[in-house]
Amino acid sequence: MVKSNYKDIYVFVEQRGGIIQNVALELLGKARELADALNEKVCAVLLGHAISNKAQECIYYGADTVFCVDAPELETYLTEPYAQAICRIVNDNCPGILLLGATTIGRDLGPRVSARLETGLTADCTALAISDKGDFLMTRPAFGGNLMATIICKEHRPQMSTVRPGVMQKGLRDTQRKGKIENVSIQFDHSKINKIRIIDTVKQEKTRIDITEARVLVSGGRGVGNEEGFKLLRQLAKTIDAQVSSSRAMVDAGVMPHECQVGQTGKTVRPDIYFALGISGAIQHLAGMEESKYIIAINKDKFAPIFQIADLGIVGDVKQIVPLLTEKLKK
Amino acid sequence: MNIIVCIKQVPDTTEIRLDPVKGTMIREGVPSIMNPDDKGGLEMALQLKDLYGAHVTVLTMGPHQAEAILREAFAMGADKAILLTDKKFAGADTLATSHTLAGALRSLDYDLIITGRQAIDGDTAQVGPQIAEHLDLPQVTYVENLQYDGDKQITVRKSIEDGYQLLEVEIPCVLTVLSSSNEARYMSVRGIMEAFEKEIEIWNSDRITINADKLGLNGSPTRVAKSFTKGLKPASQLYEVSPAEAVDIIINKLKEKHIVN
Ligand SMILES: Cc1cc2nc3c(=O)[nH]c(=O)nc-3n(C[C@H](O)[C@H](O)[C@H](O)COP(=O)(O)OP(=O)(O)OC[C@H]3O[C@@H](n4cnc5c(N)ncnc54)[C@H](O)[C@@H]3O)c2cc1C
Ligand SMILES: Cc1cc2nc3c(=O)[nH]c(=O)nc-3n(C[C@H](O)[C@H](O)[C@H](O)COP(=O)(O)OP(=O)(O)OC[C@H]3O[C@@H](n4cnc5c(N)ncnc54)[C@H](O)[C@@H]3O)c2cc1C
Repeated sequence: MVKSNYKDIYVFVEQRGGIIQNVALELLGKARELADALNEKVCAVLLGHAISNKAQECIYYGADTVFCVDAPELETYLTEPYAQAICRIVNDNCPGILLLGATTIGRDLGPRVSARLETGLTADCTALAISDKGDFLMTRPAFGGNLMATIICKEHRPQMSTVRPGVMQKGLRDTQRKGKIENVSIQFDHSKINKIRIIDTVKQEKTRIDITEARVLVSGGRGVGNEEGFKLLRQLAKTIDAQVSSSRAMVDAGVMPHECQVGQTGKTVRPDIYFALGISGAIQHLAGMEESKYIIAINKDKFAPIFQIADLGIVGDVKQIVPLLTEKLKK
Repeated sequence: MNIIVCIKQVPDTTEIRLDPVKGTMIREGVPSIMNPDDKGGLEMALQLKDLYGAHVTVLTMGPHQAEAILREAFAMGADKAILLTDKKFAGADTLATSHTLAGALRSLDYDLIITGRQAIDGDTAQVGPQIAEHLDLPQVTYVENLQYDGDKQITVRKSIEDGYQLLEVEIPCVLTVLSSSNEARYMSVRGIMEAFEKEIEIWNSDRITINADKLGLNGSPTRVAKSFTKGLKPASQLYEVSPAEAVDIIINKLKEKHIVN
């Protein structure tokens, strides 16, 4: 492998049911920034069936070239046909960097492809940068978020990473942007593809709530008071795609189920944002949430211990502030 | 049916705390456990053993202290345990780890290979699919349920963001399993007694079928260039303002954090 033959930043454009996923647009935005720093191009890899009309979108969001594979084998995501298509495009074009979203699709496809290409893959990145020396730096959380690690892939190409959704900023949609669309046709190896068949795909409202998986938690305590108060929290949660959790006081009061309790005798959570609303901040509660990345507390009592660990503290009444916040966010 | 479950010994990362003065990770006193998803995978295998008399082998790569999780697996009901240990394996990234495990798997009979979805220390979720590729097997990730109809096929339920998929897969194949898929059984008293009589096979790099240049640090395309903690929290900003102003402050923060546009 001659390293210098490998250049440009490739983005796997994830689509589901023909709809380009947000994470792909975020990656195109980030790739644009990195490509400009390296003086290279951004190439989108768009795989699916009857999706050619989406190629132009990739250009509007930052791609210089779109490699589009339109084939019935790619209609719904399955590891093998997608891996075959990507590896073919990589082998023909030698990208320097290949980015995928860290979704259930990207995290299924990424490692399969990296193993086929015998190259390195960095998982679930939250920051990507080019160093002064031109190295590609991929930063990611490990050890349950306790540790951040910056990973490099010096001698292998492409340098691959999956990137956490919602972390990068998508660029502005610019309909004046020009780019090239290349349609690629692929001979699939069906003997490998036929080993898996989708019987059914079922959409489901999550019944089993797992607050430990939430990116944003709206958590309420005795200050929220009752069912009525929690309704306000749910409305807020809905507008920002968050989940609702609580202190033990509200579980003991029968307002919230135990599976939503945060703390020493409940769950340990580490969301990106934790709203502590009407929660005093007892040590047993803190034990379950102090590792949250950003804590916003609202409490009537300015001496409440929760303020000692909050990143942003508001002295005030949750019942006034929360509905106002929801209303303004809806706009 | 032969099932091999890859299990990893990990520090219980929910017990890790940051040093309040230095802001570094405190590793001392943190217990070592069987990775939770792997325990879910082992339970899935043991249920197939209960139903069909499957033979269950557990396989781990690690230092000698990793024998502890193999003993635990024996006590839960595993039939055979292999420890891959060699200083040549050290410093492996996921690609080298997967080559090492695949190298051992090539010398074993299997109908089903099960891994956890993700180890709670490295947190990459990459080793399972990489093993599948090296062995040229189909893979299903995020598995929460499995049905075997006694034939050359299984039906698995795969969890996805907004629901699940039912997939029909030819065996042999690789599945990566979620800990939430089941309640893992406890070690039985008889199991614990037997666990210390059963023999753990110890394999070094000579026993596995893989080129030495794919192992350990030398076989690893990625390197950890640096690691750091988020550090200590700065003192919180406290606002005593009107509700309307409070709302603006919060919304600005949410924008800064890309929670809202
Ligand atoms: C062994 C043990 C284990 C425990 N495990 C847990 C656990 O896992 N999780 C847990 O949470 N607790 C646990 N606890 C209980 C814990 O000690 C506290 O009692 C509990 O966390 C208090 O809940 P709270 O903050 O909701 O209520 P309180 O402590 O009563 O606090 C209510 C707060 O709301 C504020 N407030 C009131 N009205 C308003 C308003 N309108 N607007 C804004 N603020 C308002 C008040 O100023 C006060 O600070 C445990 C206790 C023990 C002994
Ligand atoms: C801070 C830090 C960051 C890292 N980041 C990366 C990275 O981005 N990319 C990369 O390639 N490597 C990375 N590594 C190296 C990686 O952690 C190791 O290669 C590790 O051996 C396997 O990765 P994992 O723990 O993420 O396992 P995962 O891929 O999450 O494990 C999935 C499953 O594979 C099986 N498995 C994994 N390891 C073993 C084992 N030793 N024995 C038996 N079964 C096993 C288990 O069933 C497990 O549930 C990082 C290491 C550190 C310390």
